[in-house]
Amino acid sequence: MDRKLNHLEKFMLKKISDIDDFPSGAFNIRENGKGIRRNTTKNINIVSKEDKQGIDIFIKENTKNEMVHIPVILTESGFTDIVYNDFYIGKNADVTIVAGCGIHNDSCETSEHDGIHRFFLEEGAKVKYIEKHYGDGEGTGKRILNPQTIIELKDGSSLEMETVQIKGVDNAIRQTSGKLGNETNLVITEKIMTHGAQFARTEFDVVLDGKNASTHVISRAVAKDASKQEFVSKIEGNTECYGHVECDAIIMDHATVKAIPEILANNIDARLIHEATIGKIAGEQMTKLMTLGLSDKEAESEIINGFLK
Amino acid sequence: MLELKNICFKRDNKQILDHISFTIDDNKLIVITGPNGGGKSTLAKIIMGIEKPDSGEIILNGENITNLSITDRAKNGIGFAFQQPVKFKGITVYDLISLSLGKKIKFSEACNYLSAVGLCPRDYMNREVNASLSGGELKRIELATVVARKSSLTIFDEPEAGIDLWSFSSLIDVFTNMKKEISGSIVIISHQERILNIADKIILISNGKIKESGSKEEILPRLLNNTKSCKFLKEDNNG
Ligand SMILES: Nc1ncnc2c1ncn2[C@@H]1O[C@H](COP(=O)(O)OP(=O)(O)OP(=O)(O)O)[C@@H](O)[C@H]1O
Ligand SMILES: [Mg+2]
Repeated sequence: MDRKLNHLEKFMLKKISDIDDFPSGAFNIRENGKGIRRNTTKNINIVSKEDKQGIDIFIKENTKNEMVHIPVILTESGFTDIVYNDFYIGKNADVTIVAGCGIHNDSCETSEHDGIHRFFLEEGAKVKYIEKHYGDGEGTGKRILNPQTIIELKDGSSLEMETVQIKGVDNAIRQTSGKLGNETNLVITEKIMTHGAQFARTEFDVVLDGKNASTHVISRAVAKDASKQEFVSKIEGNTECYGHVECDAIIMDHATVKAIPEILANNIDARLIHEATIGKIAGEQMTKLMTLGLSDKEAESEIINGFLK
Repeated sequence: MLELKNICFKRDNKQILDHISFTIDDNKLIVITGPNGGGKSTLAKIIMGIEKPDSGEIILNGENITNLSITDRAKNGIGFAFQQPVKFKGITVYDLISLSLGKKIKFSEACNYLSAVGLCPRDYMNREVNASLSGGELKRIELATVVARKSSLTIFDEPEAGIDLWSFSSLIDVFTNMKKEISGSIVIISHQERILNIADKIILISNGKIKESGSKEEILPRLLNNTKSCKFLKEDNNG
């Protein structure tokens, strides 16, 4: 297993997890359906699953300031990779987890990765979870990514998730669900850009079961060319709790974006808000940047880049 | 030098600008004043290229720019500070100053532009130019982005709006310093006596027409004495 990473591997890793070589700390790098290298630490153990593809990640109680990287890259085409990764986060641990999948497809065959990630946070645990999806390659073969994230927060725990899919993914169904206990907090920030004939559907399903559970879902989306996006969010409040969903989308060319909100309050003290804005780039933003000497194309790209930053 | 020749602009059957002609000489500070709805902002937008006049010509340094785009006018040295600053999502104050200068600049350099408009750079540089900023803060950032361009002709549309009185003298300094530095012309649309006071020339626009135009010495006393015609002036002495 002791080998060096090649150019393409390093490039893909940089794109999805901001590392350009084997990182320090705990990690597991998976390529074309096989683990290529793993490292564990005193506090973080990574174990392969016996019954299916994937790993279990165990993080000990009170682990502080450690990082776990679990990137997946697909460079062979015609490959469908399904992985189950489970994270068990001990009491009062405070860690950052970086996942992500990069597909490089130069052929005409489809490459697909479906990652099912489950997070079990014990009391008082705190996780920052960063997930990036990226696709490239010259081939006509489709690049398909269907990430699923399932989050369970025990009392007093919190998780902040950043999920990004910028270009390159032809088809994506992105499902995230959360079940929140007392005094918990779940923040999800999604950035997504589709172009060409791509399709992406995002589904959020958060159940606020515990007293003072709160969630904030922020989705910023740009749909270009003839791409299509759907944004479905369901928030259920079963007690004194707070939920806020903001979906903000820019459409360009012949793209379409559909936002379907559902908020369900089962308790008089549940406060739930859903905001959705879909529209083209604001004309006055274009005008302002053009008065600073930018061309209309330059202005457009600055506005989009800022929006998705 | 900028020349406006017979600019007309009509919308919804209303003659918003009616044969406006005047000249802005180099190294001069011109203040345009007049009642609300008189057509001042419309005129500024026509000079910048944001609105197209129905008829008339705009000549910049001998070149007819009437049909040039906003971008080309900006590149030819026209700058414009909006009456209502535009808000963005995700674009920071630093980004906007860099864009305005057309290059990535050092943090410390960007700081100077913010300090000049009375904002503490540390607090603002990484903030998004969005609705979370107060009206006065947005206005100051707008000024900073336009001052940074050092355009040879800069138009400020009511720069004093929303700026607290305590900061007024530093606001005046922004314009006087800029005039010294760029050796270009500055046009300020304003209702403020203290801004009229630094003008080389004052133009009074009302109902889409130039009602008066001349040196400060000539025009200002008349504006201040004629209470009827100058209700639109905000005087900050007790008069
Ligand atoms: N595109 C437009 N369509 C219709 N009416 C317009 C348009 N643009 C401006 N107007 C009208 O033209 C008049 C002049 O507007 P303008 O904004 O130029 O006034 P102003 O002198 O800048 O006023 P203020 O001092 O209040 O800023 C107003 O009555 C305004 O409602
Ligand atoms: Mg105006």
